[in-house]
Amino acid sequence: MAVISYREALNQAMTEEMERDPNVFLMGEEVGHYQGAYKVSQGMLARFGERRVVDTPIAECGFAGVGVGAAMVGLRPIIEFMTWNFSLVAIDQIINNAAKIRQMSGGQFTIPIVFRGPGGCAVQVAAQHSQALEAFYAHVPGLKVIMPSVPSDAKGLLKAAIRDDNPVVFIESETLYSVTGEVPPGEYTISIGKGDVKRPGKDATIVSWSKALHTVVEAAKLLDKEGIDVEIVDPRTLRPLDDEIIFDSVRKTHRCVVVGEGWPVAHFGKEIAYRVQKMCLDDLDAPVEVVTSEDVPMPYARNLELEVLPAAKDVVDAVKAALYVE
Amino acid sequence: MATIIGLPKLSPTMEEGVLAKWIKKEGEAVSPGDIIAEVETDKANMDFPLEDEGTLLKLLVKEGDTVKLGAPVAIIGKPGEDVTALTAQAANAAPAASAPPPPPGPAPAKPPAAAPAKPAPAASSKAAPAPVAGRILASPIAKTLAAEHGIDLRRVKGSGPGGRIVERDVQAMLQDGARAEPAPDEDEAEPEAAPAARAPAARPAPPPPPHPSTGEGEGDDFTDKSLSLMRKTIARRLLEAKQTIPHFYVTGDVDAAKLVAFRADLNAILGEEHKVSINDVIVKAVAAALVRLPAANASFLGDRIRTHGRVHIGVAVAVEDGLITPVVRDADKKGIRAISAEIKELAGRARIRKLLPEEMTGGTFTVSNLGMYGVDVFQAIINPPEAGILAVGAVRKVPVVDGDRLVIGERLTLSLSCDHRVIDGALGARLLAELKKILEHPAILAA
Repeated sequence: MAVISYREALNQAMTEEMERDPNVFLMGEEVGHYQGAYKVSQGMLARFGERRVVDTPIAECGFAGVGVGAAMVGLRPIIEFMTWNFSLVAIDQIINNAAKIRQMSGGQFTIPIVFRGPGGCAVQVAAQHSQALEAFYAHVPGLKVIMPSVPSDAKGLLKAAIRDDNPVVFIESETLYSVTGEVPPGEYTISIGKGDVKRPGKDATIVSWSKALHTVVEAAKLLDKEGIDVEIVDPRTLRPLDDEIIFDSVRKTHRCVVVGEGWPVAHFGKEIAYRVQKMCLDDLDAPVEVVTSEDVPMPYARNLELEVLPAAKDVVDAVKAALYVE
Repeated sequence: MATIIGLPKLSPTMEEGVLAKWIKKEGEAVSPGDIIAEVETDKANMDFPLEDEGTLLKLLVKEGDTVKLGAPVAIIGKPGEDVTALTAQAANAAPAASAPPPPPGPAPAKPPAAAPAKPAPAASSKAAPAPVAGRILASPIAKTLAAEHGIDLRRVKGSGPGGRIVERDVQAMLQDGARAEPAPDEDEAEPEAAPAARAPAARPAPPPPPHPSTGEGEGDDFTDKSLSLMRKTIARRLLEAKQTIPHFYVTGDVDAAKLVAFRADLNAILGEEHKVSINDVIVKAVAAALVRLPAANASFLGDRIRTHGRVHIGVAVAVEDGLITPVVRDADKKGIRAISAEIKELAGRARIRKLLPEEMTGGTFTVSNLGMYGVDVFQAIINPPEAGILAVGAVRKVPVVDGDRLVIGERLTLSLSCDHRVIDGALGARLLAELKKILEHPAILAA
């Protein structure tokens, strides 16, 4: 299998889908001539031309709305946000138009649109540019929320998202773009709403997604040295959530720790914790632990930024708490 | 403060009990260890010992009432305490609670504190809940495991925060082999609940028996009688045994002439008071045969076969409305006279339902004898987790060709039921042959 970066995986997904379907187009700030703020759309302008790779002004609300309108009349837009932080000025288009129109029009319009871009914290971009907003979007019926952690998932899920007839919030990560991994050869998609066991284990289940999953992998190695064997479950999609893959794992390990970036109050991990205690109560040996970012706006200083983010040590501590070991 | 007392587990398989008799009365002072009532369980009438000290303020169930495990039976406290609130609470208590109900909170005179709770910090709180006096704190999986294995959580020491019993505590208890029942010796058979507990999925609850067509036409005459606890247990366990154990049977005749003479000889010496039965000799013979063929003294435990180092023979005893199988421990090491005396004593107490749970569990093989009813031969159902049961018929006189003469011989038919997962045909046949050899030459038993 080919080893490519997360960035290339996204590029391949968009390129393949645009080759396959002339209705698919990409629009956003710097996606064309600059080849993408993070070079995800490298080469796409040259390949598809300005009608299908469209540079926009710095006006998220405007181009998100243009995207919704284009979807209503039959196109399949991919709207790139330079980061999901900027989606906040377009959130009305996403929540009130993209997520609602299919239902409110009695099914007369479908909205096959993908909003994509990096979410969460990068490195020292401070409070306004370091936010993990997945819980905002996962809250909304009518939206699908996808957060892949590795290149193969990024490619298969972005292709599935582009083909989906519903609005999809596709959240990447700036620090994942250069992460490499094996990608299956040829054409493939991954079903939206299907999780993946990234590491089998028996002592505790860790549910994590996107960038935080890599912190969990690091923690798993530390725990391994202490003889604690964790299973890592990556839901890959937060909405719809693959409950059963999580429940199956917890029923085996009897302990559950959820790890995700973002503020602790109403964190998406709390939703997972609720579902696990509801459906696996008799299987649990300890309360479900949820590891999140600290409850503060992100500081600029690097040392403080690292303090705020969930770290491998936090994961190790939470797993030990769930196992009642010091 | 007054407390509700729940019905404890008094036999390994009990799920409910009938309060047969109150020994203590309302108003009586009681201390730990006092027997407050007699309870009819599925196995026997058991004493209900108290673990608390105080005065019996109220008896909540009447004699003859059926009570679920853990359901309230009495209130204990200081003389003169008001038990109105507790009585109401007991009336509302879930009857199927598997643990004694929690002690009540403060009397309702004082409403819950209205002071605003201190807001929890937004970050995940590490604080563990404080232990609640008298309540057993256990994680859900610990409770699930304990219930599956018949472990009394009150006997488990919790290692979690605030003394919470967690999975590893129950696992440790399981590994120690300590169980809710009085602990059997290490190399003994599992108590009966164990094999099923090891593979809970393999033990579907038997469907409720189909309601027979009443066919209430004219002239029908029938009587319905609800099942006693013992009949329920017999129904459940034997159905499970017959459905889940691949039984096969080997049958053969024994020339009983020497056996009959041997017994007569013994009885002439021992006298009327210590008379032994043919069955006593057979129990001894089975124990001796199992010592020679230890592979048959074994249990199927789902993923492995356990061969028992000791030989404990269960002896089926008919009692009113059922059957109880007391166990003669280490029967291979006991003499026939001792075995005989023990069976007499156990059977006597079985008939008045005064056996202790440990006296009817832990067998490694069973003998069932219907000879006294004139039965020639029958096949018995294995008593799990044992791997075999010997069905014994009557000694009968038969014509035997001896050379060219017809003489009167004595024959006894043995039928061995074997669990094929443990005992294969050849081993079953060897065991029967060994028994035949011993019973046809009973002097071996003295060797």
